[in-house]
Amino acid sequence: MCLAIPGKLTSIDGQAGDTFRTGKVSFGGIQRDVNLMMIPDAKIGDYVLVHVGVAISIVDEEEAKLTFKYLKEMGELEDLDSELDGGGGSPVEQSFDR
Amino acid sequence: MKYLSEYRDEKVVKAYLGKLHGIVTRPWKIMEICGGQTHSLVKNGVLQMLPEEITMVHGPGCPVCVTPLHIIDDAIDLAQRENVILCSFGDMLRVPGSGKSLLEIKASGGDVRIVYSPLEAVKLAAQNPDKEVVFFAVGFETTAPANALSVVQASKLGLENYSILASHVLVPPAMGAILSDPENVIDGFLAAGHVCTIMGTDEYDPIAEKYRVPIVVTGFEPVDLVQGIYMAVSQLEKGTHLVENQYARMVQRKGNELAKETIHDVFRTSDRVWRGIGEIPASGYEVSEQYAKYDARKKFGLAHREVPENPECIAGQVLKGLKKPHECPNFGTKCTPENPLGAPMVSSEGACAAYYHFSNFDQTVTVS
Ligand code: SF4
Repeated sequence: MCLAIPGKLTSIDGQAGDTFRTGKVSFGGIQRDVNLMMIPDAKIGDYVLVHVGVAISIVDEEEAKLTFKYLKEMGELEDLDSELDGGGGSPVEQSFDR
Repeated sequence: MKYLSEYRDEKVVKAYLGKLHGIVTRPWKIMEICGGQTHSLVKNGVLQMLPEEITMVHGPGCPVCVTPLHIIDDAIDLAQRENVILCSFGDMLRVPGSGKSLLEIKASGGDVRIVYSPLEAVKLAAQNPDKEVVFFAVGFETTAPANALSVVQASKLGLENYSILASHVLVPPAMGAILSDPENVIDGFLAAGHVCTIMGTDEYDPIAEKYRVPIVVTGFEPVDLVQGIYMAVSQLEKGTHLVENQYARMVQRKGNELAKETIHDVFRTSDRVWRGIGEIPASGYEVSEQYAKYDARKKFGLAHREVPENPECIAGQVLKGLKKPHECPNFGTKCTPENPLGAPMVSSEGACAAYYHFSNFDQTVTVS
């Protein structure tokens, strides 16, 4: 029910300030129209978290690295750099139905 | 995919599991609140990989599962009316009301439509001016901004034929109810990441303090979950009870202020009955006075009815973490996803359905 998935903001269409500010978000290549009202600071190229057609957060890239950095510092992971620099190319596994 | 597949990486999961096995010295019961996390834990086989000392208890965070019978009956009542298009998220359709389900109403000619977003329901209202479009607004805090936004949009568009049947529930009061239950067994919590994306983490501080439980805001992918469990267990082993944020890439301490404002414009907090659990004070949202004309309950004069639960379903005990799904005598026999007795067997986020669909789990590990 609370499923939300990250995608890349590829265009901003509507005007800022009204409830209809929208943009296009790419989820592993699949484009969807998304309402951007809740994240006025989002820029094209940002990764945003989308839930039932509304973007609710901009992914914090620095924070995202910490999960892996922590393990690396502990010497538990050496070969994860490829995943950190853009991830694999696997398709979206979860459906868009929330 | 960025920010998705790397959190499904087996090596990272194993690395955190290794650390977890290294620190645990005694049994702990940790509740994941959110049904999305339950689904992910069961589906990805995380439960079997945990140290045997750790029992994950599956919380009430499945809005479909806790929507009380009388609200489902209200939706069914509306869907049967001549002029109404009832829109809903997919999982609500198969939940049995006291008589039929929305799916059965649809099959017998009711205009019931599945939408991906409440904003689609607003579009339908604009396209069908001679119909009444009602959106069955089910959800936790995560979904509340989108549902609220649909009302704001309808109002801006001047639509008179759009309304919502609000069935909103809030996480922190439910955690309070679970922790103050005399039968409570929970030592620590994974808080629901996407709920906190909206609401932030401040409201969990008083709960962690009052009940002296660690609360770790956690994401949904296997790496998130294993890291969240590791953080919670580290706290339990050290004897601390702090609110920590495993999901900081998505969750800020204050949450999303704009989303919270939109919620507070359109909704007001109210007491709420949780299916299987009972009434929890100040644990839901109703449409505010300002937007009263978008409240389907008022628009269609729906009266509050008490509807008795099916006594054969022990969902209440499952949702409070007192029983595991397979300990229900009806599990997989009288109650299956095709023919559910209770809501937790319907939604893929319900604990009963999660166990049923991915039933190769090792019962000796998961029995509490
Ligand atoms: S298995 Fe079915 S009857 Fe038993 S608690 Fe779950 S939903 Fe209810």
